[in-house]
Amino acid sequence: MATATSGLEAIDQTRSAQPPRPSVIYEWLTTVDHKKIGIMYIVYALLFLVIAGAEALLMRIQLAVPNNHFLSPQVFNQLFTMHGTTMVFFVGIPVLFGFGNYLIPLMIGARDMAFPRLNAFSFWLSAFGGILLYLSYFAASGLYGAGSAPDVGWFAYAPLTARVFSPGHSTDYWTLSVLLSGIGTTATAVNIVATAFCMRCKGMILTRMPLLVWLFLVTSCMVFVVVSPLTAAQIMLCIDRYLGGHFFDTQAGGSAMLWMHFFWIFGHPEVYILILPTFAFMNEIIPVFSRKAIFGYPAMVAASVGIGFVSLGVWAHHMFTAGMGPAGNTFFVFATMVVSVPTGIKMFNWLATIWGGKVQYRPPMMFAAGFLFQFLLAGLTGIMLSVAPFDWQLSASYFVVAHFHYVLVGGILFSLFAAFYYWYPKVTGRMMNETLAKWHFWLFVIGFHITFDLMHIPGLLGMPRRIYTYEAGRGWEVWNMWIGIGAIIQTVATLIFVYNLVHSYFRGKEAGPDPWDAWTLEWATTSPPPSYNFAVEPTVTSRRPLWDLKHPHDTDSSYE
Amino acid sequence: MSSDRPTRHPEQHHAQREFALQYHAPGTREQAPTQHLLDRVSSLRTGLLAFAALLLLHAVPAFAVSPTNIFDPAATPARSIFSLSMLILSVTLVIFLIVGGLLFYAMVRFRHRKDDSLVEPAQIYGSNQIELSWTVIPILIVVMLFLSTTRVILETEAAPKPANAVDVTVIGHQYWWEYRYPKWGVVTANELHIPVSDPKSPTPTYLEMTSADVSHSFWIPRLAGKTDLIPNRINTMWIDPAVPGLYLGQCAQYCGAQHAKMLLRVYAQSPADFALWIKQQQQLANPDLSANPLAQEGETVFLHNACINCHTVSGTVANGRFGPDLTHLASRDTIASGPIVNNPQNLRQWIADPSLMKPGSLMPSMHLNDHDLDAITAYLTTLH
Repeated sequence: MATATSGLEAIDQTRSAQPPRPSVIYEWLTTVDHKKIGIMYIVYALLFLVIAGAEALLMRIQLAVPNNHFLSPQVFNQLFTMHGTTMVFFVGIPVLFGFGNYLIPLMIGARDMAFPRLNAFSFWLSAFGGILLYLSYFAASGLYGAGSAPDVGWFAYAPLTARVFSPGHSTDYWTLSVLLSGIGTTATAVNIVATAFCMRCKGMILTRMPLLVWLFLVTSCMVFVVVSPLTAAQIMLCIDRYLGGHFFDTQAGGSAMLWMHFFWIFGHPEVYILILPTFAFMNEIIPVFSRKAIFGYPAMVAASVGIGFVSLGVWAHHMFTAGMGPAGNTFFVFATMVVSVPTGIKMFNWLATIWGGKVQYRPPMMFAAGFLFQFLLAGLTGIMLSVAPFDWQLSASYFVVAHFHYVLVGGILFSLFAAFYYWYPKVTGRMMNETLAKWHFWLFVIGFHITFDLMHIPGLLGMPRRIYTYEAGRGWEVWNMWIGIGAIIQTVATLIFVYNLVHSYFRGKEAGPDPWDAWTLEWATTSPPPSYNFAVEPTVTSRRPLWDLKHPHDTDSSYE
Repeated sequence: MSSDRPTRHPEQHHAQREFALQYHAPGTREQAPTQHLLDRVSSLRTGLLAFAALLLLHAVPAFAVSPTNIFDPAATPARSIFSLSMLILSVTLVIFLIVGGLLFYAMVRFRHRKDDSLVEPAQIYGSNQIELSWTVIPILIVVMLFLSTTRVILETEAAPKPANAVDVTVIGHQYWWEYRYPKWGVVTANELHIPVSDPKSPTPTYLEMTSADVSHSFWIPRLAGKTDLIPNRINTMWIDPAVPGLYLGQCAQYCGAQHAKMLLRVYAQSPADFALWIKQQQQLANPDLSANPLAQEGETVFLHNACINCHTVSGTVANGRFGPDLTHLASRDTIASGPIVNNPQNLRQWIADPSLMKPGSLMPSMHLNDHDLDAITAYLTTLH
């Protein structure tokens, strides 16, 4: 790091010598810069977040009162299919890979990802996947006039996807867009693994690599294993639909269970693929705002790798009601419960990191605090669902919907908001407005808890998911009304957040290179970083190179 | 918190300033606005209390009134799930109170205060003993939960079948239920009748389940957990309510447009009532239509239209199997798989255009004129 000062001078010198720039659109369309690709991933995901959020809001309006005629069953079924598919494939994965793309090279002191062109390729594949999915609204009717958007649910159980039950082309749009995004995801995973292994700066041995990079490494390795079955299943479905195959065609001896296995061996690890990067954000944010080093770095790495392995063996807990028999059920109960051990280790290490610190409640830490409590609760309802007999009652009910939204919204989305507030100054050079951030936080917390705390209850009272309406007198009405009110509050909060993103880009306070007094390498370059990140390759001697620089008499490297 | 690695002593603030100079970033270290934290905590508490009050206000009547409350079990499988779930809920509640309490304490106790010096807190890197303890304790909890779970799985799924159990075949259709009683040759739809089971000499009902089209799921929350009906596959489950009554539920696996209106009704009857019901269902449809010319005309309309391609009325030429068996339609309380009360007005409207009451239903409108509709309704209401 002794070279950092001269590095900044070098930036000033080279800036004036750059050739004249091509048009902005050309530059973004053809860029292979990991930062620009990262930003495009994130903006693209935000766009889809707003679309899929609006779909959720429409569904909540429909369900707010019994026997509602606001939406027809066909439209409602399309909405939950599109909402789920969009959120998982075109919000969750792109936004996390966007952050990964932007941050990983910066955090390991590299100038770019290992394969910049592959990076651009996988972004555009994912982007086309999302666009293709929404084209179904206009184009899927096809020759039969029987389609529009897909309406088979995001897990598209066979044989509902067979041509007999799903004529027209809506299911094909779903299949192909998921297939495309899967290829893009795999290519990015290859890129992240290669980058983490081959592009680290001098001195950054694996045990000094930031936890964020570790977690993205684990996530990417999981992508290799689990996206391939999904891709295979989509191809098999295409063969069934158009080439006379019978993999999932139960009328011809095919197996509906086969699809469930293929889908869930992707589908469950997918949740971990989404949650591990958000753990990664917490691993960076909680220490910085507690002013302490992360507690138990080796245990955190081991727990992450552990989660990665164990999560590959839990998929059939989505199939406890499919009649696998006592032996199968028992195995998957155990495997699922075991995941809670490494996950608990992470929770306790965050607690220990806060313990004895001086916690500063700036916006990233406020959202991190929300994450910790909500993720704890989500984990505990997860334990309830892992108990197969309890799951026979709870599965496919609103309790499950509440549980996984607690994970996806209370956990992943809160962590993402924290990440936005934390790294926005690095990406744009400006601070986000803190007053708006507080309004966003409190409104979102209130809306979140009204919606998703109460959503557990209709599940306990026997309300199945994916129903477009229900009759009065089952004890469900009042909850669904409150759930709808909470959804509206969350919408308002999200709009404040989006406004803040735009507003702060033009009006935000100058951030400087290191506004949070943080310790990892991305804060050692300017905000926003130059296209080559570091003029001179940094050299590190510990896990927190900037701490060492700021505390030359008390460096981490003397303890590691 | 103790540590087996050296803890580091606080550093002075001047190092900060040196760093700031080095990076051309003036004033990088800002004060966090935490002075109102305590106020916020108390308003948070008020909010939480109000939220809890609201919850109770709504929860008590909702749980009392709901006919599908999983915490109000009425049969053995639901009861063993209920007691297991109470154990799980208490264990998770204790974990939540301990971990959540510690988190809350740490977040408030170790917050940055306005009058804090700019000195960094002691840096602690970890402790193997502590890591070991919060690895081993959860493993012990997991083993405990796993063993109690396994017991209930075996009790439910591997229970020996009593000799005088009642067998029913359940077939899921888009969007209705077919029930067959092979021992008595009875076929019916949408309303399942079973005998109550006396715990002293149990007569549980065993359901053999499959599907004619896509996957469905059978869920009567007060009787048992759900079991999927999967085409080309047979699953089984059993129920044994001891108290006569009507138990409600509905399809719990998304199966297409009208997944929402595929309701389940289970009538548990005393052995005598059940025997009577079986006897009545075994009769052929043999209504005496001589005094009712409109119904007589209705029979002709029924038998000369496409109705008979999908529906069976035993004793006539109608032997379709795609839709519900109508032999004893008038003995049922509901039509269209549960959502509509079975009375002549509703029945007439349903036949006129099923998609008005259940859009997406596979039964087409036959475009009958008003007179034919009246006639066919009159005929169907005689099928007791």
